[in-house]
Amino acid sequence: MSRFRKTHSVLPGFGPALGYTIFYLSIIVLIPLSALVFKSATLTWPQFLAAVASPRVVASYRVTFGAALLAAGINALFGVLVAWVLVRYRFAGKRLFDALVDLPFALPTAVAGITLATVYSNNGWIGRHLEAHGIKVAFTPLGILVAMTFIGLPFVVRTVQPVLEELDAEIEEAAACLGANRFQTFWRVLFPTMLPAVLTGFALAFARAVGEYGSVIFIAGNMPMVSEITPLLIITKLEQYDYAGATAIASVMLVVSFFLLLTINLLQKWSRRFAE
Amino acid sequence: MSIKIGSVSKNFGQFAALKDVSLTVPSGELVALLGPSGSGKTTLLRIIAGLEAPDQGQIFFDGVETTNSHVRERQVGFVFQHYALFRHMTVFDNIAFGLTVKPRRERPGKAQIREKVFELLKLIQLEQLADRYPAQLSGGQRQRVALARALAVAPKVLLLDEPFGALDAKVRAELRRWLRRLHDEIHVTSVFVTHDQEEALEVADRIVVMNQGQIEQEGTPTQVYDHPATPFVFSFLGNVNLFHGRGTAGEVQAAVEPVPAVGYVRSHDIEVERQLSDPTAVRATVRYVQTVGPLVRVELALADTGAALEAELSREVADRLDLQVGEEVYVRPRKVTVFAEDYQI
Repeated sequence: MSRFRKTHSVLPGFGPALGYTIFYLSIIVLIPLSALVFKSATLTWPQFLAAVASPRVVASYRVTFGAALLAAGINALFGVLVAWVLVRYRFAGKRLFDALVDLPFALPTAVAGITLATVYSNNGWIGRHLEAHGIKVAFTPLGILVAMTFIGLPFVVRTVQPVLEELDAEIEEAAACLGANRFQTFWRVLFPTMLPAVLTGFALAFARAVGEYGSVIFIAGNMPMVSEITPLLIITKLEQYDYAGATAIASVMLVVSFFLLLTINLLQKWSRRFAE
Repeated sequence: MSIKIGSVSKNFGQFAALKDVSLTVPSGELVALLGPSGSGKTTLLRIIAGLEAPDQGQIFFDGVETTNSHVRERQVGFVFQHYALFRHMTVFDNIAFGLTVKPRRERPGKAQIREKVFELLKLIQLEQLADRYPAQLSGGQRQRVALARALAVAPKVLLLDEPFGALDAKVRAELRRWLRRLHDEIHVTSVFVTHDQEEALEVADRIVVMNQGQIEQEGTPTQVYDHPATPFVFSFLGNVNLFHGRGTAGEVQAAVEPVPAVGYVRSHDIEVERQLSDPTAVRATVRYVQTVGPLVRVELALADTGAALEAELSREVADRLDLQVGEEVYVRPRKVTVFAEDYQI
């Protein structure tokens, strides 16, 4: 501790700040989550395995994590595009578009789900045209993807936007002077500086998509083995008063999510290695 | 590679950044564009590079018009004031960048690139820092890396925009001497922008003094300093005192011709004496004495008009005189340049 006592700072208060942080995180995150683990620990090993590794549950993991990763990937791609357009160009209604980006945050998820299900159903505005090409979105795994993409959109846009705004035009000019073409300037000069922000946005969008329930269940169709997401299975178990089973599945989700997010964070740290 | 700028004009909205500027930079020379901020010097440099398009006029490289060619095709090396290094790349990758983005058939092999980069690292004396990131370098080191990066592609023209502007005084002085030596070695036609007259006088073969979008004067540092063409050039290149009187343009002609005129005298061209030794000397009172390193700056007030005057004496002379505040002395301008009164600085 002597190490900390010696550093002089304009804003002291390491002790109370850390203490409060730990206290706060414990109340808000750690205690509820450990309750989850304790509850699932009431199961014996065979019971636990039966609860978390039954074919129907495993299929739901695949749907949930697969769709969430894919949705986060789509959001990373198009989020960068949206952020780019919002930062780089001036056009009529720019502020409106900017505000539109946050709407998926504000909308109650059930409203989003019902709206998406309607629009993408066989006779909906978009679904009608897709149906003509033989593409079914509503009540299929594709619908899950659409809902998860919808609710994850703001994350990448909002993390990448400030980074793009701070990018110096001189960097691009320097690249052009050195003979780089537009693609090389983007891919080798601009993109690597955006990458940490893109990864952060990706992680947030992914986390949100994994935990999403409200908007997905309305559009998913919820067919066991096909389009049933893990959160729905947990709710189903709860409705059957199988609290231990529900918490068991929840802890598996928690662990998987934690490791995926950890990986993304390590990737992000690696992509920022130049800043140290 | 010579550069010719033919009647270039550029406006930013209502603001005329350049007004019909023509200039020729001979091949292999190091030319300084000197002027205060807003004088159009950076705009001119960016137009030469192709980072900005002129509203009117042409740019020629070795007699070939390049006005409409893209910055990518002009083969210019550009060094920015704030380095513009790629911060996610190591020093090595920064310098190699220009070589690695070449089209496949022109691109040198890995070993060749490595050799070239280390050759440049040696030139900028940073061989041991090849694996560092720009964030881990000092300002002077970063600017040297930026210069090496620009030189890696063997540019026909090297353009530097206030290259030492963001550095502290000592590093700046070191780097500009280094740039001068470097230019003597590689002889690439170079244009650099600066607002620091000392820097321009020390480094450049030729100085182009700019003001309000126009060229005031161009010439060698000695020409420009000793024979300023306009009051602006005179006052921009050093400290100046004004003597209002009547005279003709040329050397000192105090109060003979009926034309209102202003005499311009450098601070170090004013002699301070206790006794009246020369009829051109005038009486003045010492207001303030300040020692600045090797010089002593003396503020004086002329006895007849009360106009303020500043003289720079060497320590030796000042110690001999031992001036006291409030004392009456005689001041004599050693060298006066006279311009007609209607000139505005």
